[in-house]
Amino acid sequence: MAIKMNRKNIAMILILAGVLLAGCVSKPPEAQPPAGTSQLSGTVKIDGSSTVFPISEAVIEEFHKKYPDTRVTVGTSGTGGGFKKFCADETDINDASRQIEDPEKELCTKNGIEWEEFRVAFDGLSVIVNPQNTWVDHLTVAELKKIWEPGSAVKTWRDVRPEFPDEKMILVGADTDSGTFDYFTKAIVGTEKSSRSDYTASANDNVLVQAVAGEKYALGYFGYAYYVENKDRLKLVAIDAGKGAVLPSDRTINDGTYEPLSRPLFIYVNKESLKRPEVREFVRYYLTDGKELVHEVGYVKMPDSMYEEGLGRLG
Amino acid sequence: MRRIKGKVFEYLCLAATVAALLLLALLLLDAWIKGAGWLSLRFLDSFPSRFPEQAGIKSALWGSVWLMLLTAIISIPLGVGAAVYLEEYADRTWLTKIIEINISNLAGVPSIVYGILGLALFVRGLMLGRSLLAGALTMALLILPIIIISSQEAIRAVPSSIREASYALGATKWQTVKYHVLPAALPGILTGNILALSRAMGEAAPLIMIGALTFIAFTPSSPLDPFTALPIQIFNWASRPKEEFQYLAAAAILVLLALLLAMNAAAIIIRNKYQKYIKW
Repeated sequence: MAIKMNRKNIAMILILAGVLLAGCVSKPPEAQPPAGTSQLSGTVKIDGSSTVFPISEAVIEEFHKKYPDTRVTVGTSGTGGGFKKFCADETDINDASRQIEDPEKELCTKNGIEWEEFRVAFDGLSVIVNPQNTWVDHLTVAELKKIWEPGSAVKTWRDVRPEFPDEKMILVGADTDSGTFDYFTKAIVGTEKSSRSDYTASANDNVLVQAVAGEKYALGYFGYAYYVENKDRLKLVAIDAGKGAVLPSDRTINDGTYEPLSRPLFIYVNKESLKRPEVREFVRYYLTDGKELVHEVGYVKMPDSMYEEGLGRLG
Repeated sequence: MRRIKGKVFEYLCLAATVAALLLLALLLLDAWIKGAGWLSLRFLDSFPSRFPEQAGIKSALWGSVWLMLLTAIISIPLGVGAAVYLEEYADRTWLTKIIEINISNLAGVPSIVYGILGLALFVRGLMLGRSLLAGALTMALLILPIIIISSQEAIRAVPSSIREASYALGATKWQTVKYHVLPAALPGILTGNILALSRAMGEAAPLIMIGALTFIAFTPSSPLDPFTALPIQIFNWASRPKEEFQYLAAAAILVLLALLLAMNAAAIIIRNKYQKYIKW
């Protein structure tokens, strides 16, 4: 009796599995593309920085509407992890929040991979305090360095400037694995990955937003996009790099006056892949219609001339 | 004094239970408050989007279902087979003991390590790429130790008198295993398998390691297609700047929880159903 039941049930499970699989396979016939769209098809594989990801996601969403038969996939292994795959010829495009570094160049060259670099947007890092903080309106790069360098003696706000309150400073910043951390330490402290370690760290910028919004004496840094989405809970600090204090904004990040905390974002495209029409058209779309989406996902559009320069190289 | 100590211990244990339950309830409540309003059929049947009100989990949901089925197909025969061999056939030598200790140790290896192994072995070594099959094989490796151990325990729980009675009637070893040991152990084996699969369902780290994708706007149609899965989609949404994405993440968590609960419920139902047929 028992064994009979087994067979029946196993059969049931198999049938169920089959039905489920069939459900996946049998897609309804593709709707005819609307007039005016061409029949481009094929797959474009992207990986890389999670900072650049929202831009790629937005571009793909629109690209798919125009070319419904193409399949574009994105992973977020990080800029470095992405380059490993890119140089192993596993992806067509790498999203990067910094330029390609020498060891990565060597790896690519060794595997015979040639690439083309395109700048797609600017990202500003913002230094943030709590809205109840009435004493800070700007900090100099030297002051930030004094706060963040390894072995820093800064414990209270008064340690930064004598007129600040004698209250313990609560520091909040990026996790050591993130590109934001690499970038901030390089720009402020001077050496990549060199930072004091007694601060609240997270790779999730939303956690950092919460930490600063909930603590009067907090000071933190994270991506400008996260400030824009939480304006009412946070206060921006202007940065003085020697030419007067500048607040980050679309204009100051775009024209480069917000120094030294604005950085360009890139896509790297495999030159061999660029010969495929779907990859070529995707990159062209990224630099034309795509640039209008940059702002929507929280980043800053570059001057038009920079996109045109990229399009020129695309030919 | 003796009795007071007893009472104190009882209340401490009660407090521990309540604390655990409360934490769980808080988590569920938080996910429910944030996510329930975003749950809809459209949410289940739309691809991810930069517009939160248009975004859905179609690709992630299908990816997870595919991944579970493939993982089950790969890991259950291997795991149960290994358990049967170790319990019924292998001699109790030092070698089998070492193998068993190693299997127990493997069950405690962090999942990311399996991800690294999967990347080297399946994605690069076997050139499977970042496909569903590579993901399922990695997940199968991850849960194999759990399947083997729980199946072994289920098989061990079958009284040896059953086996001896079978032999006494002239049955061969294969007949004994097929007609008596496996049917009797089946409820325990299935429960263990389903719980192991539920664990695989909630894992994100090994998938991210082998390069499962964060964004795709199509559902897989073969085991060699690229894919994404629910935990990855949740992780992605939870780290986005726009507040609405946090609610989407909560809604996706609710879907994942519902799937897990359904699988665990299936384990319980199967166990109860089969236990009726086993009487000794």
